[in-house]
Amino acid sequence: MAKTELKTELKAETRDFNFYYGDFHALKKVNLPVLDKRVTALIGPSGCGKSTLLRSFNRMHDLYPGNRYEGAIVFHPDNTNIVDLKVDPIEVRMRIGMVFQKPNPFPKSIFENVAYGLKVRGERSRSVIEGRVESALRGASLWNEVKDRLQQPATALSGGQQQRLCIARCLATDPELLLFDEPTSALDPIATANIEELITELREKVTILIVTHNMQQAARISDFTAYMYVGELVEYGVTGDIFTKPVKKETEDYITGRFG
Amino acid sequence: MNNQDIASIRGIIRGNRRWDLIFAVAGFLALTVGVLAFVTLFGQMVINGWERLNPDFFTSFPSRRAANAGILSAWVGSLLVMLVTALSAVPLGVAAGVYLEEYAPKNLVTDIIEINVTNLAGVPSIVYGLLALGVFVYMFGFGQSVLTAGLTLGLLILPVIIVATREALRAIPVHVREGAYGCGATQWQVVSDHLVPYATPGIMTGVIIGLSRAIGETAPIITIGALTFIAFLPASPISSTAPFINFDWLWSGFTVMPIQMFNWTSRPEEAFQQNAAAAGLILVLMTLLMNALAIWLRYRLRKSIAW
Amino acid sequence: MSSMHTTTVSERLSRKLSRNVRERAIELVLFLAASVSVLTTIGIIWILIFESYHFFEHVPVWDFLTDTMWTPLFSTPRYGILPLLLGTVTTSLVALAVAVPLGTVIAIYISEFASPRVREIVKPFLELLGGVPTIVYGYFALTVVSPVLQYFFPSLPGFSMLAAGLVMGIAIVPYISSLSEDAMRAVPMSLREGAYAMGSTRFQTAVRVVLPAAISGVLSAYILGISRAVGETMIVAVAAGMQPNFTMDPTQPAQTISAYIVQVAMGDLPHGSIGYQSIFAAGLSLMLLTLFFNIMGHLIRRRYREAY
Repeated sequence: MAKTELKTELKAETRDFNFYYGDFHALKKVNLPVLDKRVTALIGPSGCGKSTLLRSFNRMHDLYPGNRYEGAIVFHPDNTNIVDLKVDPIEVRMRIGMVFQKPNPFPKSIFENVAYGLKVRGERSRSVIEGRVESALRGASLWNEVKDRLQQPATALSGGQQQRLCIARCLATDPELLLFDEPTSALDPIATANIEELITELREKVTILIVTHNMQQAARISDFTAYMYVGELVEYGVTGDIFTKPVKKETEDYITGRFG
Repeated sequence: MNNQDIASIRGIIRGNRRWDLIFAVAGFLALTVGVLAFVTLFGQMVINGWERLNPDFFTSFPSRRAANAGILSAWVGSLLVMLVTALSAVPLGVAAGVYLEEYAPKNLVTDIIEINVTNLAGVPSIVYGLLALGVFVYMFGFGQSVLTAGLTLGLLILPVIIVATREALRAIPVHVREGAYGCGATQWQVVSDHLVPYATPGIMTGVIIGLSRAIGETAPIITIGALTFIAFLPASPISSTAPFINFDWLWSGFTVMPIQMFNWTSRPEEAFQQNAAAAGLILVLMTLLMNALAIWLRYRLRKSIAW
Repeated sequence: MSSMHTTTVSERLSRKLSRNVRERAIELVLFLAASVSVLTTIGIIWILIFESYHFFEHVPVWDFLTDTMWTPLFSTPRYGILPLLLGTVTTSLVALAVAVPLGTVIAIYISEFASPRVREIVKPFLELLGGVPTIVYGYFALTVVSPVLQYFFPSLPGFSMLAAGLVMGIAIVPYISSLSEDAMRAVPMSLREGAYAMGSTRFQTAVRVVLPAAISGVLSAYILGISRAVGETMIVAVAAGMQPNFTMDPTQPAQTISAYIVQVAMGDLPHGSIGYQSIFAAGLSLMLLTLFFNIMGHLIRRRYREAY
C-alpha cells in the first residue's frame, strides 16, 4: 500500500481517553486517530479494552450504571467531544452506526429492520424509505438475496445474512462512522469472507473502526491497526508496518503468537 | 456533516424525546393509581374497622348484634382449613414436582400431566368449588366440613406448589446431581438427601404464596355450602384423654375469615360494615405478611445462591 | 469397605434387587402424586358434564343458549344463560379496559424506564397488591368505589357493573404487569443495544423493539387477565348486584355466571334439584369460556413465538 494513498483527514480521535467500569480503570490514556474513509482495526488479547473503546464511540456505556468517561473522543469536522456528558448520546448514535458481535436484527420484517433508522429519524415518505432501503440493502450486498421477501421476518435469515442486514440497517441512515464489534466472530468462514469483502467495499464511502480478535482479518481488511493491551494503546500504525515490522516488543510477541 | 444537518437531527431528537417524558409521566401516574388504590383500600378499612379491633372481637362468636359479633369461629376455622390444605397440598405438590422434574420420561403421559398442570392454574376458583360440591360433599359424603374445604383449597393451590418445586429443582446445577450419583447414591437418595433439601427455600416460597392465596379464597368455600353463621368451634384436635388426638374436627361445620367478611359485607347495616372492615383488615394483614415472608425468602435465596 | 468382602455375590445381588424394587415403588408413588392433577381435571370435567346433563334433561340446550331471561326462582323458571353471560362479558370488558393499559404501561415503565432501585420497590409492591383477597376488593368496590362514582354520576345505582369492573381491573393489574414485565426482561440486551445504537430514545426502544419482541409473553399475560376477569367471583358478587340483567350497559347492576353460582350455593337448594344442577350448567359455561381463552392464548403464543 502506497504511503500517499493513506494521506487523509482525521474523522475522529481519542485524546487521553480514560474509561472506568465503576472502580475498574478499563482504558488508560488512549490516544487513537481514526482517519476518514479508512478502515482502522483494533486488535489485542481478550480483556484488553478494544471493545470497551469501540463502544465508547457511540456512548453504549451510558446504558449501564456506574460507567465513567474521562478525557475526550473528538469527532470531526465539528470537533464535538462525543463523550462529553453535555453531548446528547442519541445525537452521537444517529451519526455513528454500530454493528455488533452477534447479529441482532429486530423481530420485524427485513424491510422494517432497514427502515427502522429512517423511521426513528421521523422519515414518513414511503417512496423515500423504499428507495433508501433498497440502496442500503444493495450497499450491504444483500439486495439480490432478499428483494423478493422483504416482508418476511428478519430472524428467518441465516447468520451471515442477518449480519449484513444489520450493516444495511446502519447504512440506510448514512452514518459518518461505522463501528464493527467483532462482526464475524459468530459466523462461518464463507459468511465471514462476505462480510470482509463488504467492509473493503464500504471503506470508499464511510469511515470504519473495527474490533477483531482475528489478526489475519485485521491484516486483510484494515489500513491502520492499533494494538491494545490491558487498557492501553501499545502501538498504532499502518497495518502493513504493524504486522511486518512492529516497533514495540509486546506487539511483536502478540503478532507472532508468542502470547495471547 | 454540516451544521444544518446537526441542527435538524437535534430537532428530531427533541421531538422523539418528548415521548420519553410523556411516557415517564404516564408510567408514574399508572403506578400512582396502583398505590392510591391500595392506600384507599387499606386506609378505609383502618378508619372503618379500627374501633372493632379489640380482644373481644377475636374471642366472640358472630352475633345478630353487630357490636357483640366477633371472628372467633372464623379464624379458628381458617386455621384448621389451612392445616388440612397444607397437609394435603404440600406432600402431593412436592412429590408431583419431583416426579415431573427428576423422574418423568419424555412421553405422552408426561406431556399430558404438564399441560394439565398449566391449564389447572387457569381454572377459575369457583369451578373447584363445584368439583368439591359434587365430589367431596355428596359423592364421598364428606359433607360441608373442614375436611372438604381443606382438600378443595389443597387442589386449588397444587399447581402453585408443583411449579415452585420444579423451578427450585431446576435451579440446582447438574454437577450437584452428578456429584451425588458419583458417590453411588440411588436416584431416590439423590432426591431425598440432596435435591429436596437444597430446594426447600424455593419450595417454601411457593407454599407460602399458595397458602396466602388459599386463606383469602371465598368463592369455592361458599360453593361447597359453608355456613356463614357458626356459633361454635370444631372439636379440639387435641384431647386430654387417650389417644390425645382426635379427628372429629375434620367433619365439623365451620366458617372462615373471608366468608365471615362476605357475610358482614352483604348486610345493609352500617355497624356490620365496620365488622367487615375489621375482618378485612385482619385478612389483608395476614396475606400481606405471608406474601412479604415469601418475597423476603426469595430475596434471601437469590442473595445466597453460591453454586 | 470390609463388608464388601464378607458378602457373597448372591447377597449383593439380592440387595441390588431389593434396592431396585424400592426405587421403582418410590417412582410409582411420585407418579401417582403427579396424576392427582390429571384426576382433578377429569373430576372437574366429569362433574360439570354429569350434572349439566341432568340439567339439560329439563331445560333444552337451545333455550339455555338463546333465552334472554334467567329466572330460576320464579314459579315458571327460565334458564337463559345470556343475561349472565352478558354480565360476565361486560364486567370483564370494564376490567380489561382498566387492567390492560395500566398493566402494560406499568410493565414497560418498570422494565425499561425505572431505575433498579425503583424496580426493587415496585415489583414486590405489585406482588403484594396481587395477593390481596378478592373479597377485600369486593368490599372496597362496594364501600369506596361505588359511593365515589355515585358522587360524580348521581344516577348510578349502588350496585353496578362499572364499580365491580373497575375494581376487578385494579385487582388484575398485578398479574398483567408482572407477567408482561417478565416477558420484556427476557428480551436480550443485544436487541436493546441495537435499537439504542440506531439513535432510538428510551420510548422508541421500548415500544418499537422491546414490546414487539416480547409480544407473545405480553399477549399471554392479557389472556391470563381475561381468564381471571371471567372467573372472578367475589368482587362481582358483592358489588355488581345480584339480579340477572340482559344488558351490556356497565352503569346497570347485573349478575355474572360466577355470582349466580355463589348466590345459589348460599341458599339451601336440595342436592339433585334443578336449581342445584343449574349451577353446574353455569359452571360448565364458565369453564368453556375460560377454555376458549386458554386455547386462544395457546394459539397466539404459537403464532408469535419469541424469535430473538
